[in-house]
Amino acid sequence: MSKRVGLEASHAAAEAARMADVDVIAAYPITPQTHIPERLAEMVADGELRAAYVPVESEHSAMSTCLGAAAVGARTFTATAGPGLEYMHNVLYVASAMRLPVVMTVANRALSAPLSIWGDHSDAMSVRDTGWIQVFCQNSQEAFDMTLWAFRVGEDPAILLPVMVHFDGFHLTHVTEPVVLPEQEEVDGFLPSFQYPFALDPDNPMTLGAFAPPDIYSEAKLAQEMAIRKSKAVLNQVFNEFGDIFGRYYRAVEPYKTEGAKTLLLTMGSYSETAKTVIDTKKDKGESVGLINLRLWRPFPCEELRQAVKGAETVIVFDRCISFGGPGGPVSSEIRSALYGEKERPKAVSFIGGLGGRDMSAKDFEHVIDRGREVAEKGLVELYETVGIRGEVTGIRG
Amino acid sequence: MKENFIKFGKNLVTTEEFLAEGHTFCTGCGEALALRLACKSLGRNVIIANATGCTEVCTSPLPVTSWRVPWIHTLFENTAATASGIEAGLKVLMQKGKMPEKDIKCVAVAGDGGTTDIGIQALSGAFERNHDFLYICFDNEAYMNTGIQRSSATPYGASTTTAPAGKQSIGQTTWKKNLPEIAVAHNIPYVATASPGYPFDLMNKVKKGADIKGPAYVHILSPCPTGWRHATDLAIDIGRLAVETGIFPLYEVENGRYKLNVDRSKLKPVQDYLKTQGRFRHLLDEEITRIQEHVDEEYAKLKAKIACFAA
Repeated sequence: MSKRVGLEASHAAAEAARMADVDVIAAYPITPQTHIPERLAEMVADGELRAAYVPVESEHSAMSTCLGAAAVGARTFTATAGPGLEYMHNVLYVASAMRLPVVMTVANRALSAPLSIWGDHSDAMSVRDTGWIQVFCQNSQEAFDMTLWAFRVGEDPAILLPVMVHFDGFHLTHVTEPVVLPEQEEVDGFLPSFQYPFALDPDNPMTLGAFAPPDIYSEAKLAQEMAIRKSKAVLNQVFNEFGDIFGRYYRAVEPYKTEGAKTLLLTMGSYSETAKTVIDTKKDKGESVGLINLRLWRPFPCEELRQAVKGAETVIVFDRCISFGGPGGPVSSEIRSALYGEKERPKAVSFIGGLGGRDMSAKDFEHVIDRGREVAEKGLVELYETVGIRGEVTGIRG
Repeated sequence: MKENFIKFGKNLVTTEEFLAEGHTFCTGCGEALALRLACKSLGRNVIIANATGCTEVCTSPLPVTSWRVPWIHTLFENTAATASGIEAGLKVLMQKGKMPEKDIKCVAVAGDGGTTDIGIQALSGAFERNHDFLYICFDNEAYMNTGIQRSSATPYGASTTTAPAGKQSIGQTTWKKNLPEIAVAHNIPYVATASPGYPFDLMNKVKKGADIKGPAYVHILSPCPTGWRHATDLAIDIGRLAVETGIFPLYEVENGRYKLNVDRSKLKPVQDYLKTQGRFRHLLDEEITRIQEHVDEEYAKLKAKIACFAA
């Protein structure tokens, strides 16, 4: 029997790592961190989890330790956020290129300077090209579910890639919500033990991480690119497997009341839940609106997205990150790029807000939808508009 | 001599090679020899984590490898952390019964740049966390793989490409960072210095470091014909001269107790060592005297530490 308990997203993720019987946890406490490693350290100290907890001296070493542990076949986990993720940036590329399926939760937070420990998506966007599978969560339940899903997906012999599970700093990491925890047998049925096919073993010596001259590097990178692209079919299938066992079905792109809607709002993470309440209100008023929650960020679900926006006139994309000097928020740029080749495509309007812990209320999302619709109708050509920021940016034409 | 070695050598050292022929080290490289000897000493049951650098680049150009033991390279600056993960992973997998119990040595290998400069934080962390691993620093006293740039292990007065000797400079103006002493300060159970000029001493120390429980550190001075600008048949001689002049004394520190392994009643003048290498060619007598004074002082300090444990 599964049980329903109150858990903050951090503890929910830690619980998922425990139920996954993770072998090695390497984590650094600050820059900044969440309760995830603290909770895991507590579990190890109390004997609830048999794992090596490696209290490393930096995030760079956290990820490096994960590489070593995964390379001997250990199920490996770490957690970080914001600048901590940036500090291990260099190592992230190695994890994916060496096909080491580390699982990492990222409490999405702003980047310095100025120093901010509060939430936005700058960290997640900065690592979008590191070759990791990236998923976003809307609530504590999803923090648990996606962490468990991440082990299953990353370790799948057909994938072997590291996975980042994103949930919003503070808005989720420090908020207690009801979470349904499954039975251990259910978890074991979903997640088989980790069998790394390239484990470092004196009985079967292998060279991992050799260097590539120019006549090999390009092919190696292309092989990596094909691997993450091919992973989408498997990870979609694992969404189904997860649903069949635990009763919650997730999708790479999750439409909410989009049927026949002329205007779609696209959000990621915890703000999708706020935005859904706005969609409900507007629907009640008879407005033709719907929401798309973009769960899967890498590999980017182009096909699923094109399907989800079919028939809509406008898609309004909300970003929690500035691409300085760029053509709009990173999410909106990618949405536009994914839709550009379509014969019939909706207009894409870009908004940026919710930076460094700035709250986005239902009212703010109402404004985003109303203003977004207006922009689309008038055919304005600004790259993006801001919301909830003093000294709003308007008229940016690139 | 050669006949004698063929006859008796195999009783002293295994003829098995774990670092295969065909690597791309420079002719006469002291590091390649030291690495080969270290591998003989470590044997088969080992996992090696290698930092970016000469040892990595010269042994693993895809699609070939020189490694007959399991080997991993991830980055330049993180080898001690990668080794930490290997050690922690093996230990917990064996504890949980997910892997058969076996004595697998975990060894990290890096150059002086990867150790004394960019890798020192990860190294210090791994020492402090008490991982059961051996870290070997192959110190050729500069970033040789990328073109002889100075590191914090480059000796005073040496000319490198980023601290070249010139009309107003003697080259390196700082004294070599003493990494073995920094390792000792971590209170780890074993620290040693070694030289390919003393092959059996080197192999004994590598074996001891690998066998000992907890972190061990072996610092090997690796003569580099390319970067030090010396003749390619001199690596062994120069390795010995570094010891005989007191520039690089061979000692070990076991559980905090210092022991001198090669004790010479009278040290040779540093000039004997410096003159063998082009990187010191520009030095005037005044600088050589300064180096001599520094070496004398450091050697006296080391002798004093050893004297503490003599009784």
